[in-house]
Amino acid sequence: MSMPTSMPQPDGRENYLNKHYGVWSWLLTTDHKRIALLYLISITFFFFIGGFFALLIRLELLTPAGDLVQADTYNKLFSMHGIVMIFFFLVPSIPAVLGNFLVPLMIGAKDLAFPRINLLSWYLYIIGGALMVHCMLTGGVDTGWTFYAPFSTNFSNTKVVEAGIAVFIAGFSSILTGLNFVVTIHRMRAPGMTWSRLPLFIWAHYATSIIQLLGTPVLAITLTLVAAERALHLGIFDPKLGGDPILFQHLFWFYSHPAVYIMILPAMGVVTEIIACFSRKRIFGYSFVAFSSIAIAVFGFLVWAHHMFVAGTSVYAALVFSLLSYAVAVPSAIKVFNWTATLYKGSIHYDAPMLYAFGFLGLFTIGGLTGLFLAALGIDVHVTDTYFVVAHFHYIMVGGAVMGYLGGMHFWWPKISGKLYPEGWARLAALIVFIGFNLTFFPQFLLGYLGMPRRYYDYSHMPEFQVLNVLSTAGATVLGVGYLLPMIYFLWSMRYGKPASDNPWNAAGLEWQTASPPTTFNFEQEPVVTWEAYNYDELDAPHNDAPRSEEVPVAR
Amino acid sequence: MASRVDALYIFLLIVTGMMTLLIFVCLVYFAARFRYRPGIPAEQIEGSTALEITWSTIPFLIFMVIFAWGAVVYFKERTPPADSTEVYVVAKQWMWKLEHAEGQREMNELHVPVGRDVKMIMTSQDVIHSFFVPAFRIKQDVVPGRYTVAWFRATKPGVYHLFCAEYCGTQHSGMVGSIVVQEPAQYEAWMNGGSTGPLSATGEKVFSELGCATCHRNDAQGRGPSLQGVFGKPVQLDDGRTVTADENYLRECILDPGAKRVKGFQPIMPTFQGLVSEEQVNALVAYIKSISAAKPGEAGKASASTAAPKAEQNGSKVQ
Repeated sequence: MSMPTSMPQPDGRENYLNKHYGVWSWLLTTDHKRIALLYLISITFFFFIGGFFALLIRLELLTPAGDLVQADTYNKLFSMHGIVMIFFFLVPSIPAVLGNFLVPLMIGAKDLAFPRINLLSWYLYIIGGALMVHCMLTGGVDTGWTFYAPFSTNFSNTKVVEAGIAVFIAGFSSILTGLNFVVTIHRMRAPGMTWSRLPLFIWAHYATSIIQLLGTPVLAITLTLVAAERALHLGIFDPKLGGDPILFQHLFWFYSHPAVYIMILPAMGVVTEIIACFSRKRIFGYSFVAFSSIAIAVFGFLVWAHHMFVAGTSVYAALVFSLLSYAVAVPSAIKVFNWTATLYKGSIHYDAPMLYAFGFLGLFTIGGLTGLFLAALGIDVHVTDTYFVVAHFHYIMVGGAVMGYLGGMHFWWPKISGKLYPEGWARLAALIVFIGFNLTFFPQFLLGYLGMPRRYYDYSHMPEFQVLNVLSTAGATVLGVGYLLPMIYFLWSMRYGKPASDNPWNAAGLEWQTASPPTTFNFEQEPVVTWEAYNYDELDAPHNDAPRSEEVPVAR
Repeated sequence: MASRVDALYIFLLIVTGMMTLLIFVCLVYFAARFRYRPGIPAEQIEGSTALEITWSTIPFLIFMVIFAWGAVVYFKERTPPADSTEVYVVAKQWMWKLEHAEGQREMNELHVPVGRDVKMIMTSQDVIHSFFVPAFRIKQDVVPGRYTVAWFRATKPGVYHLFCAEYCGTQHSGMVGSIVVQEPAQYEAWMNGGSTGPLSATGEKVFSELGCATCHRNDAQGRGPSLQGVFGKPVQLDDGRTVTADENYLRECILDPGAKRVKGFQPIMPTFQGLVSEEQVNALVAYIKSISAAKPGEAGKASASTAAPKAEQNGSKVQ
């Protein structure tokens, strides 16, 4: 796509970045856009910590013997990889960065409904994060990110309580973000921005927020119970005191399965926006895509025990949860079909965000379809707790969510920073990530079906698994390069990038009708929406050079 | 079992492979065919309810086939045949202790004959473990405080991996062993070397050492219920419920006697939690099962059919 469709704005225009300077103007800001950037910096920090752990894990598995680190160290590495990546990167990633930045812009609001609570949520995240870093520096935790009892409550002698408190606090950050979004989307839409005109990104974030609000408190309760059990031996999970360790799994997965949708729904929202823009089309089946997000959020709460088919629950419970797991697969399938159909008779451009969206489609499809294997009771028994599961959820949570996150970062980077990133490098990075990802995780499906259990430090009893592990480790290094590249060129573009126009993609959506970067209050005047979402036909109409009806002064 | 799981797996590979192919072919074809060309605008299409219903219903129906098939395989996996050979498994950080009902004890190694159904009655001394034999496609978590059950029938002699599949601490990856599948003759020879007598005999000894018999008398005059013939039969509880006296129930009665008290008896039995090892609990359960099978005439049919053949085997093996 031809990049600038209008002249770049002259430098020096006041925007949210240059309005105030100094540390305190950032640390005390209530501007959702600045808070989004605070989140961006903090989650990037945790992403690279988690990625570093992943690299060490892969290096250890290069050879069957345990020779790089000690067994205890390895166990801490995969535990902290999981805790950091899930609670400190994936859960906040798209909502707290892109959602924070875009939700008010997309609905035509000045800010989120509760700007101070928004800042508080970042501080909670930072306090939780600092505690987690302290925990990691002073010994770490070795329970896996799943904190299974009674190992976590009675046996592990690592810093379980501290890690639990860190996650507990970060959880409140997530709850507050969800609360803010729900209220904002309900109350602060611009005149004319009806529910059926909302971008699907907003629908996805609305669904996500519901899960954050309803699910995260259960995680908080569960972690509190673990801490209480460790300190006071209450006998909640300890069978010797009459407790039930399987109860822990029910509580834990009641949050942690829906949490997967906290990670993937926003990515689906991002991809929807990208596909519409780069196909120059309205999304096929708008209302089906919108309601499928809500369906996923609701059904997502009813499938948690599919993590427990071999845990010792009843066969009848397993039947119900298997059936419901197939039910939740349907709305995801609906989305994939609608995205694909949107391409039909489109006018497709291959800019970097679209390459990430294509990557998302491919990887999410594979991740989703391998979920059908795991939901099939007879097969789950064999492949659960093996590398098959590891591969499956990485396809969803890294292939899906991280691809969506990176695609979104590229798509909205001109809006966020006011600068263009180098397109050639970005396309190259998308390709490297895609290849590296598949090389890392596809072999793990095979490893899993062959029977390699997950969380194994040493596989010298089964050296036959080495070839596939070598492939996977090789892929991980490629993937690492793919992830470093965007960070480098985004930073580079902040100083050297070409200035971006207000709407470099000629995209639909209110966020593109204000300045790049936007001013502190987003719009000079409250916008009034008179058009449907994804009105690419109007944008691409041959002689549509009239100014868009943005910022039409209208009395409320 | 492996072939049943593999058949479903291959079916799923074909179905999901076709779905993947369909989506990828559409993606690639659309992406190439409808790439941007100057002057040719995109054609706006609103959507189609008919299409939406089609591509929701057809996958859902396919999913239901997979679901039903998966459920059938799972039910077979979770239902041990009635006349299985029994092995009691105690998992602990980080080893497997296995005790055949016939009396052989093993560490991290389980000898079984080819072609016989083997049922494992498993518990853990500490954290949750998981009994995983990839070659047999079976996996079952081993949970402290209760029994879980898994079974398999090996069809080919050989040595197969046994893994712990639930993360259990430092040496989780060292908690591996093997299943040694032997021809019946070989297996008999192995079984006869160094057996300590049947597990039920050990249980009988524990039973009398702990003084259980003072209350649990056979003449129904004791302060506790008679255990003769109780296994596998429904038991009326004091609170009005009825439960089946399976392995988990017997285990719970030993460790937490107040929880499910038999109707008509006082809550006077002390707990044996902490006084008996997991192995001793297993032996006691095996013993109670054996005396349930001893009098096939009056004992319930269910218990008789499960335990009787074994008791005879045991009997012939004691000396």
